[in-house]
This record gives sequence, C-alpha cells and structure tokens, in this order.
Amino acid sequence: MKLIIAYIKPFKLEQVGEALRSAGVSGMSVGDISGFGRQSGQTEVYRGAEYEVDFVPKVRVEVIVDDDLATVAVDTIEKAAHTGEIGDGKIVVLSIFDAVRIRTGERGADAV
Amino acid sequence: MRKVKRKLAIGGGLGALLIVVMASPAMAQEELEPASQFILDNLWVFIAGVLVFFMQAGFALLEAGLTRGKNVSNIMMKNLMDMSAGVLAFAIVGFGIAFSSNELLGGWFGFGVGIEGVESTTPGGLLPSTFFFFQAAFAATAATIVSGAMAERTKFKSYFVYSFFITALIYPIVLRWTWGGGWLAQLEFPFSDFAGSTIVHATGGWAALMGALVLGPRIGKYGKDGRPRAIPGHNIAFVVLGAMILFVGWFGFNPGSELAADEFVPQIALKTLLAAAAGAVAAMAINWAKDGKPDVSIAANGLLAGLVAITAPVGAVETWASVLIGAIGGLIVVFSISMFDRLRVDDPVGAISVHGVVGTWGTLSIALFARYDDAFLGRESAGLFYGGGLDQLWTQLIFVLSHFVFVTVTAGLLFLAIKATIGLRVSPEEEMAGLDIEEHGSPGYGHDPHLSLGAGAGAAVTKRSDKEPVRSEGEGKSE
Repeated sequence: MKLIIAYIKPFKLEQVGEALRSAGVSGMSVGDISGFGRQSGQTEVYRGAEYEVDFVPKVRVEVIVDDDLATVAVDTIEKAAHTGEIGDGKIVVLSIFDAVRIRTGERGADAV
Repeated sequence: MRKVKRKLAIGGGLGALLIVVMASPAMAQEELEPASQFILDNLWVFIAGVLVFFMQAGFALLEAGLTRGKNVSNIMMKNLMDMSAGVLAFAIVGFGIAFSSNELLGGWFGFGVGIEGVESTTPGGLLPSTFFFFQAAFAATAATIVSGAMAERTKFKSYFVYSFFITALIYPIVLRWTWGGGWLAQLEFPFSDFAGSTIVHATGGWAALMGALVLGPRIGKYGKDGRPRAIPGHNIAFVVLGAMILFVGWFGFNPGSELAADEFVPQIALKTLLAAAAGAVAAMAINWAKDGKPDVSIAANGLLAGLVAITAPVGAVETWASVLIGAIGGLIVVFSISMFDRLRVDDPVGAISVHGVVGTWGTLSIALFARYDDAFLGRESAGLFYGGGLDQLWTQLIFVLSHFVFVTVTAGLLFLAIKATIGLRVSPEEEMAGLDIEEHGSPGYGHDPHLSLGAGAGAAVTKRSDKEPVRSEGEGKSE
C-alpha cells in the first residue's frame, strides 16, 4: 500500500479529484494548507505598496492505494494538476505498513 | 399648507411625506406659509442628521475592512464608542463651547451647559433640538475619522479618552471660531466652509495624523530596508459597502448643511454627487496608471476624497467646477496616501489623506472657484477665477493654517498626555495576537482560526524579514 500526498494549486482540486475517480481511486482526503517552495512566496500590490505573501495557499491531497494502482494514481495527479507555471506543486509517495477500516475492523489492503 | 412652492415640495425630498398637491403655476412663485416652512426645515434637517449618523456605519465597515480580522471587534467598538461617548461629551460641554451666547475671551470660547434651552419648541427657524441633533452627528463624524488611522495598535481605554476630548473641546473650539461666529467669521473677508471640509473632516484628519505619529507604525509595516510594506485588510467587500454608505450619508451631510428645506438643496445634492463620482474615477485612473492595477480600496478612498473636497465649496461653486474639484481630490488622495506611507506615518485606512489633505484642498478651492455668495463669503465672484482676486485665498489660507496648527498642537498634546499617563499603545505581543481578545474578551469572528486569521496574508507578511514571532498562538493552530 502506498500513501500519495500531493500539494497542488487550489483551483486544480476539482480536476484532480475527477481524474482520480476515473482512474479507479476510491477515496481521498483534502486539506487547505499554505506554504512555500522554490517559488518562495509571491509579491502582490495593495494600496500602492508591495507585500510578500510568504505562504502561498495550496491544497493537500492524500490518497491511499494498492501498490499496483500507485503509479497510475501518481501519473493521474501529475497530469491533472499540471499547468506548466511556477507553483504547480509536488507529489510524494510513501509506503505504509497497515490500514484499518474503523467501522468493520478490516486490515491492510481490504481496509483501503 | 395651502400655498406651496413647487420646487420645494420636490426638491426638499419631502414630497412623499407631505400631502401636498401641486398648486397652480401662479402660486408656484409664492412663499410658503411660515408654519409650513418651519415644519419642512426641521423635518429635512432632522432627516439629514439621520443620514449623517448613518455615516457611522460606513466608517465602521470601511475601517474594519481595511484592517485585519484579528482586530475587528476593536475597530467596531471604537466606532460605536466614539459616537456614543462623543455625543454625550458634545451635549455636556462641546455644544456650549461652540454655540453658547455667553462668550469668553472675546469670542474664542463659549460657555454654558451644552444643551441648555434645547427643549424649546417655539416655532420659527430651526428648533434648538433639531440643530443640536444635526451638530451632534457632525461632531461624531469628526471624532470617528481618527479611529481608522490609529487602528490595530491603540489601547481601547486610551482611544475612549481621546474621543471624549475631541468632541468636548477640540472640535467645539474649531466650531466656535467658524460656524459659531468667532474670529474667522469676523475677518474682513470671512472664512468659508459650507459643510465642513476643514471644520469637520480636516479636524478628524489632522487629529488622525497626530495619533498615527505619536503611536508609530504597526509592527511589520516597514521592512528592514525601511520601505513600506502593505498589510492587507481582511474584507474588501466591507470597504466598498462602507464607502457606499458614506456616499449615501453625504447627501445628509452637504444638503442638510443648508439648514433649511429650500431651493438650493437639490443643487447641493447634484454637486455632491458629481464630485464623488469624479473623485472615484480620477483616483482609480491615477492609481491604475501608477501601480499597474486598479486597487479597489484606493478607488473607494477616491469616492470619499471627492466628497470631502466638495463639502466646503459646494454652495459657492458652479456645477462644472464640482466635477473638477472632486477629480482633483481623487488625484491628491492617491499621491497623499503613498507620501504618508513613505514618511512612516502608518494610516491603515487613508484617513489623514482623505479627510486632512483633501479637506484642506476642498477648503482652498473656494478661493479659486467661488462664484456665488454662500457660507459666510458675503459677496459674489469671490474666487480667483471669477476676478475675485487674492482676498479670499489669504483668508482661506489663514483658516486652514490656523486650524492645522490648533488641531495638531491640541491633539498632539492630548495623545502625548495619554501616552505619558495610561499609555497609548498595546504591547507588541497583544498587537501581534490581535486586540480583540486582550481588549474586549473575545474574537470578532469566533475561535475559528481561519476566520480570525483573515489576517492570513497580512500576518504572514511580517514574518521572515522582521524575525519577530509574528504567529500568535491562535495562528499556529490554523492547520
């Protein structure tokens, strides 16, 4: 099992979610976050004075999938979240030891 | 109510309230019966006063929108209290200083219980209660201008003390010198300020300047390089809604200052409208050209600048001139806001520029554009462009300069005295956490960190370069 965490542009969330569903991913978690990467914030103008937004708003998407679906899911997110502009985000993949479905007590791949 | 001047019934804006049927054309030229005119005058000035009081809502929203969500309770409370405490102070002390017939020091001050005689109901002219109501609304306006410039860093109790003194003493003495018939009204060429570009707005504006100077800038307003950094407000919708409420309220402020329901009221409303529109468009255009994008809050400031500018000259100038005066107000406000920013005078809402600087422009514009005899002028064509020469310009300069010196000295001493006694500024920790909890007990938007942070960008701005622990406890929880 893999945990895929993607940091994407907020307005890409809908496309990413739809694409993952089409690819057979059965669940995902989403959170509003903010941060900086190589882009290192951005400069905006307000009332004639500049200011730096050090932490740019992003959305964090978390998906847990079977190993055989992991590559497809990563490719799907990459394609759906891509704009080619600076700040498109990152995807990381982690191995996970176990999973539990709280309602039924199922373990491992069955729980996902 | 039989004989009614036609234009009055419509122009006074009261047509709907009065069961008045248009009289024959021949009667249209006749004067109203005194009793009818008495009712119309009092009713109109009362309604105008209500509109001016509604401007308090506009100021509150405008200032709340231009500051961060973590200070929203505080800014609302300041607006609530500078009106409420201000009205009481004006009633007990201020009104008497301004308008009492008992003169002290050769007319430099009045004396008497503020609202003495205010219960009189003798018909004829404006009732004392109508006049007090309208003047109290103006006093509250002068007081509330300051809260925005001192936003996000002033102790509430200190602001409360300030709002008492400005409406009890500072503003009433300005009134005494001017509309109260004092020395500026007794000059050979008397001062002119129809509805208070200087008397009301610049009083607030220059007091705001001293408040901002004595306080110093907000933490994070200036980077290590000394350059101003924006601290964005948390709700631009509030800003525009507030500006539009002020715009509506101004149709009480200016047309009501006619202090009668007469045929000049609609003209004053028209000129007020045109100046406001010109101010908004001019400020937007200049800001767009200067900074690349049209900033919404600057356009809102431009609307208000047009209104402040036309407040003094509205009775004396021709209609076309009101457009020009408003547009120049919009132009001035854009550059003035940048200038104060660079001078390290941190005014989050632009109050000093809108009310102080543009109020001064509006007052001086009379010396250039005055065509009609109005508001203490005492003569036609007093303006430079109408062959009136420089007489009025000298008077207007004496007026705005003496006013500037008086207000900056008294307000400056007041703020320094407050600073030396009970303190003026909150602690850095409180400032960064937001004033709502420490000053008033609970946050304006509840405990959801996303909302009270609204702040978000603004709070984050200060971060890296200042090495200050900008994230408060509440902020840390936002994930």
